[in-house]
Amino acid sequence: MAHLTYSESKRKAVVIISILGAITIFEVVFALLGKGHISESISFPIIITAAVMIILSLVKAYLIVYEFMHMKYEVPGMVKSVLLPMLLLVWAIVAFFSEGNYCKSNRAKSKEHAKYKLEKAAQGSLLYDLETKEI
Amino acid sequence: MADISTIDPVEKHDHDHHGHEDHHEEDATWDGGGRPFKASYGKLMMWYFLLSDAFTFAGFLIAYGTLRVSMNTWPVPDFVFSTFPGGLHHKPLYFVTVMTFILLASSFTMVRAVQEGHRENQKGVVIWMLFTILGGMAFLGCQAWEWNTLINGEHVSITENPFSAHTEAGVYLEGDGLPADDPMHAIDKGDTFEAGEPYLIHQHNGEWHQLKYEVTEGPDKGMTKQQSLGPKAFGALFFFITGFHGFHVLSGIIFLIVIMVNSASGLYVRRKNGYEMVEKIGLYWHFVDLVWVFVFLVFYLL
Repeated sequence: MAHLTYSESKRKAVVIISILGAITIFEVVFALLGKGHISESISFPIIITAAVMIILSLVKAYLIVYEFMHMKYEVPGMVKSVLLPMLLLVWAIVAFFSEGNYCKSNRAKSKEHAKYKLEKAAQGSLLYDLETKEI
Repeated sequence: MADISTIDPVEKHDHDHHGHEDHHEEDATWDGGGRPFKASYGKLMMWYFLLSDAFTFAGFLIAYGTLRVSMNTWPVPDFVFSTFPGGLHHKPLYFVTVMTFILLASSFTMVRAVQEGHRENQKGVVIWMLFTILGGMAFLGCQAWEWNTLINGEHVSITENPFSAHTEAGVYLEGDGLPADDPMHAIDKGDTFEAGEPYLIHQHNGEWHQLKYEVTEGPDKGMTKQQSLGPKAFGALFFFITGFHGFHVLSGIIFLIVIMVNSASGLYVRRKNGYEMVEKIGLYWHFVDLVWVFVFLVFYLL
């Protein structure tokens, strides 16, 4: 808070914490509203609630890092050295989520395949070992 | 406080060497006196520690997301986290909102401690740090309550998870057997459900009581099935990630206590560096709050 006087920074802290609290309340109400907990007749698609929650959480993260942790008052090189590596996470999220989706579709496929093999075995067209459950 | 700030030894020192300022500064830089990024060594290293810690937490939370999307079904957070102290049920997300506010409040008191440090107000630093410590302890207490409810009340463990959600519509062929006035009672014989509806399997004498139901829609229509336990990964992820965060809070409290005692003893008054230790533990404490923002998002809101 190098550029602010003591009373200014004190007031600012109160403002920031109030914004953080308001966002949190809004998030909870919005999540409950979106999932139909507040009124039976209102609900939003999960993609909308999820997008709103993620954006609001990033806003909260910005306020905490830039105001409470004083990132705003650090020199640009330092800010970049801390924040740019975080971009690696974008790729981690993309890669892992596509892997998760792949697992899900593959699990369904392998279940079908196992079912098919069991049916074949029952018809006697495949040799099926009851002990090891392998064909 | 005014007399302390007038006798600033650093200022006096600079004044004495005014004539050789360039030379002096170069020496200081090459002797390790220079400050990269105009931040002190301690603060800079705290930032890089927090960066590495952010990657650890991000790895955990991304693992949660990956496993969640890879499953056909997953526990519904506003059903799982719907208990409140005092035997209250069906209060979705109420308790975790309280926890979030406690941690936010402790972040605010930490900001105040750092501000008092900047103006070398020893008493202010100690008092606001004390509030921060109390906030952290209250948060840990809430977490202990939440864990206790899940482990002893609902029997979630790192290997078993009774919370799940239906993947097809159906009708129950039996009720959960609890008396109608029991707050945990949720299912009667003949109740219908849609795909995506959450359920909790109760334990009777150490045995899971998985209810039978008849499928009323889809390719398996007419088949009799029974509730299956939820994805195991849920319990393991929940306890490891919130536990890892709680451990950060616990170690933060210990550091806060150490630094509060040091402040009270007058150590940082002698150092005359604007209570930099308080600033450093402040960075750590805000980071713990920052991580909670994302734990809150991933586990409870989404």
